Amino acid sequence: MSTALAIIYLISTISFVVGLRLLGHPATAKNGNRIAAAGMGLAILATIFLHELEVHNRIYLIIGAAIALGSILGATMATTVKMTKMPELVSLFNGFGGASAALIGLVEYGKGVGDTQLAATITAGVIIGSLTFSGSMIAWGKLDGRIKSTVFIPQRNIVNNLVLLVAIGLAVLIVLGTLDAPWWIYVLVGVGLLYGILFVLPIGGADMPVVISLLNSMTGIAAAITGVLYSNKLMLIGGILVGSAGLILTFAMCKAMNRTLGAVIFGAFGEEAMAGGGGRTIDKTVRKTTASDTAILLNYAKDVIIVPGYGLAVAQAQHIIHELEQLLTERGVVVRYAIHPVAGRMPGHMNVLLAESQVDYDLLVEMEDINPHFAQTDVVLVVGANDVVNPAAHNDPSSPIYGMPILDVENAKNIIVNKRSMNVGYAGIDNELFYNAKTAMLFGDAKAALTDLVTELKKL
Amino acid sequence: MSEWIDFFTQYQDLIFVLILAIFLGVELIKHIPSILHTPLMSGANALSGVVVVGAILVMLNADPENYLVLVLGFLAVVLGIVNVVGGFAVTGRMLKMFKKNNK
Repeated sequence: MSTALAIIYLISTISFVVGLRLLGHPATAKNGNRIAAAGMGLAILATIFLHELEVHNRIYLIIGAAIALGSILGATMATTVKMTKMPELVSLFNGFGGASAALIGLVEYGKGVGDTQLAATITAGVIIGSLTFSGSMIAWGKLDGRIKSTVFIPQRNIVNNLVLLVAIGLAVLIVLGTLDAPWWIYVLVGVGLLYGILFVLPIGGADMPVVISLLNSMTGIAAAITGVLYSNKLMLIGGILVGSAGLILTFAMCKAMNRTLGAVIFGAFGEEAMAGGGGRTIDKTVRKTTASDTAILLNYAKDVIIVPGYGLAVAQAQHIIHELEQLLTERGVVVRYAIHPVAGRMPGHMNVLLAESQVDYDLLVEMEDINPHFAQTDVVLVVGANDVVNPAAHNDPSSPIYGMPILDVENAKNIIVNKRSMNVGYAGIDNELFYNAKTAMLFGDAKAALTDLVTELKKL
Repeated sequence: MSEWIDFFTQYQDLIFVLILAIFLGVELIKHIPSILHTPLMSGANALSGVVVVGAILVMLNADPENYLVLVLGFLAVVLGIVNVVGGFAVTGRMLKMFKKNNK
C-alpha cells in the first residue's frame, strides 16, 4: 500500500469516528453525516487511483460504470422514499451491503486459497454476507407487507439451528480442504441465504425493529471480515464500529420492549400472546366520544400530551396532528408529544415522521422524562398507539407484554383514544386502557378524525 | 495451542485494532437519545457500505479476461455504492427535517 493511500485511509477512519460521534447529538448530526460521507468518498477515490497495480483500462471503465449506476440508483431511492417507508429502505440498503460482502468472498475463493486462515476469513464473510442479504430482503418484504407478517414454521428452532449447523459444518470442511471442488462455496452461499430467510420469516411484527438493527450490525461485521481479508484497517474499523453500534442499539431496543435477544430470535410474539391472553376478566364497556366534545375538552385543558403510534403514520396524519398542536399552543395549552422508544417500525422512527411535518424536536419527550408528568396532565390524546400504552404491562403477569416499559397514560385526568376499531394491536392482545372510566374512544381513521377535531376546534 | 500463538502473532495488529474498535463503537453509541436512533441506524448502515472498498480491490486485481469475476465484481461495486450513496443521502434527508421551530 502506498503511503499516500495509507494516509488517506487514516483520514477516512478518523472521519468515520468523528462522524458517528457527531451523529449522536441533534445539533451536530447533519455535520456528522457529511463528514462520514466525505471520508467515505475520499476512501473510494483513493482506492481507485492510488494503487500500485497494473490495471487494464477495461477494468477502470467497469468500475466507473458500476459507481455511476450505483450512485444513480442509491440517490433516486433515497430521495423518493416516503418517510413511513424508512425502515424498509434501511433494510434494503443493508441487504445490498451484505450481498456485496458475499460476492467479494466468492471471487476471492475462486482465486484459490492455500492458507487455512484466509479460507476461514472468506467462508465467514460469505456466510454472514449471504444471510444478511436474504434476511434483510425478507425483513424488507415483511415491513412492506409483501410477505405475510408472521410465517409459522413447524419446529422452527430445530430446523433453523440445523441449517446453521450445516452452514458451519460446510464452512469447516471447505476451510480444511475436505470439500475442495470450486462449487462448494456456492452451496455455502445457498445455505447462508436459506438461514437468513428462515431466521427472519417467523419473527413477529413488533420485534422487527430489533431484527433490522441486528442485521445492520451483521453487515458491519461482514465488512470488517472483508477488511481482514485485505488487511485493510479502514474496512476493519468501519465495519466493527457499525457492528458494535448496531449491537448496542439492538440491546437498547430489547430493553425498551422488556425482551431478551434470545426471546426475539427464538420465540414469536404472536404465539405467546395466544397462550397468555384471557387471564383477566375486565368490564368491557367503552365510552364513545365525538370530535366536538373532544375539541371542547382540549380547548379548556391546561396540559395536553399527545401519544402518537404507528397508526398515525399509516393514516398519514402526522401533518394534521402538528396543525392541532399549533392550534392548541396558540390558545395557551401546553402541548407535548410522548414518544415511546419503539413507536413506529424502527427505533426513533416516530421522531423522523413528526420532524417531517415540522414538529419542533424539543416538544418530543422521551418515555422516562414524560412518565412522571401524566398525573398532572388534563388530557392525553392517544393516536394510533396501542401496546405502548397498555397497563397490562404493569399489572397482568400473564400478559406477554408484562414488564415492558410503557407510557403511563392511565394516570392522566382524561384520556382520549383515537382508533379505527376495537381491533387488537401489533402484539395481538387486548388493552384495558380502552375500558377505563377516564377513557373516551374517538373512533375513525386518524387523519379524518383529527381533521374533524381541528375543524371543531377552530369553531370554538 | 502453538497454532493459536502463530495466529495471534501473525494477526496481532489487526486483533488490537479490532478489540479497540469494538470498545470505541460501544462508547460512541451508548448515550445517544432515542430521537436520533433512526438517522443513526441509517448512517451506520451507510458506513457499513465501506465494503465497497473491498469490491473495488476485487476489480483492480481482476484478470480483464475473466468474465465471471468481472460480473461478480461489477455487482459487488454497484450494490456497495447503492448502500453508501443511498445510505448517506437518506440520512441527510432525514436530518434536514429535524428543526427547532416557534422559538
